[in-house]
Amino acid sequence: MFNLAGYGPQIFRGTIVTVELSLLSLLVSFVIGLLGASAKLSKSRFLRGLATIYTTIIRGVPDLVLMLLIFYSLQIWLNDATDYLDSIQNSIDFEVSLDPFTSGVITLGFIYGAYFTETFRGAFMAVPRGQLEAARAFGMKPFLVFRRILFPQMMRYALPGLANNWQVILKATALVSLIGLSDIIKAAQYAGEGTFRTFYFMSIAGLVYLLLTTFSNGVLMLLERKYAVGVRKAVL
Amino acid sequence: MIYIIQNFGREFLYTDGYHITGLAMTLWLLLISCSVGFCIALPLAILRNARNPLVWGPVWLYTFVIRGTPLYVQLLIIYTGFYGLDFVRNSPPLAAFFKQGIDCTLLAFALNTGAYTTEIFAGAIRDTSFGEVEAARSLGMSQFTLYRRIIIPSALRRALPVYSNEVILMLHATTLAFTATVPDLLKVANDAYAATYNPFASFATVALIYLCISFTLIFGFRKAEGHFLAFLKP
Repeated sequence: MFNLAGYGPQIFRGTIVTVELSLLSLLVSFVIGLLGASAKLSKSRFLRGLATIYTTIIRGVPDLVLMLLIFYSLQIWLNDATDYLDSIQNSIDFEVSLDPFTSGVITLGFIYGAYFTETFRGAFMAVPRGQLEAARAFGMKPFLVFRRILFPQMMRYALPGLANNWQVILKATALVSLIGLSDIIKAAQYAGEGTFRTFYFMSIAGLVYLLLTTFSNGVLMLLERKYAVGVRKAVL
Repeated sequence: MIYIIQNFGREFLYTDGYHITGLAMTLWLLLISCSVGFCIALPLAILRNARNPLVWGPVWLYTFVIRGTPLYVQLLIIYTGFYGLDFVRNSPPLAAFFKQGIDCTLLAFALNTGAYTTEIFAGAIRDTSFGEVEAARSLGMSQFTLYRRIIIPSALRRALPVYSNEVILMLHATTLAFTATVPDLLKVANDAYAATYNPFASFATVALIYLCISFTLIFGFRKAEGHFLAFLKP
């Protein structure tokens, strides 16, 4: 159906990289979001302040700026740190170099962790307090309360926001090609430059993204239905 | 950081001596793309709620495609893709348009924010309470008057909080302009980085500027919400 002029495998590999990057970033930001939301709702004023500063700064600054900032600075800081380690221990030569994929996961996770923090904070607050009190009255330890009571119910309220964040992350992975990742965009750019048909190959990249977002939309709708058994959802 | 502000301060704010750069360029991009996007979105939002599938179908397709693909891909298609097409290259006005990075950027941004805004406005129009429409009809308003006097003003007011979010996201999206050689804030930061090899200072400076713009916009929209949505206050 499509004439890919021999660039098919490259585009396919790029697609895999994009999907891997989005899934790993989702995982990282999910965890950061849970931690951030717990910090925001904790009793410690220091933790609350820290989480508020984190979400405010991250959500106020463009993701591309943060990505370039973290990508270039992180490497320099790592170099400084390893140089320092070298200086105190001469026998081993420490060296850590960040590839675009790792820094992409770290930065995307860090950025969208802030958005997840807000999503989870709202969802945590939507779970009735009585449920947590009841769990504690049964003698459950805090982690067990989280695992058995808070998390499953919280997910129901968090899913619409989560679905939204996932779509944004998926689309944000396109930016990582700017710091040198060989993802679908890079593959399409190479193919376009090689064949002088940039429009065609870029459209194919767009189509792949469209398929990914549509497919994940369907999956998320099923998930939402599963978590929202017996709950009426507002019509969009 | 001080070195960067001393040497690139003017570029960061408005000009490098030849072109508009930095903050002025970013705000210009934001203003134009949001106004054009708004003008696209308002009629499309009305069509989006039409009963005829031949009317709402194309609008749905437009928002679906734009919202399902990254803005960066759209920008690349418009900026690098279109100029490679024969019919564009053979028609001088089109070729002149697509050769300019700024034209392509504005077109991509306007189409992008137009799609998101269409869905925001369409949602607000759909949520207009049935009673208001019924009351307007019973007063004998024509369809046009109904939209002009009742539906649009009310829908735009109710869409304001979500729309303000979209404007902030658009501000963040303008950073992509530097990939199309438009000298916006991020491009200046990139130049500063290339000149000083100090990524943290260069990008942190520009991050602070973006943070200030975001806060100003949020503050402005809060004020506007207080004014336009006063009737929703408890």
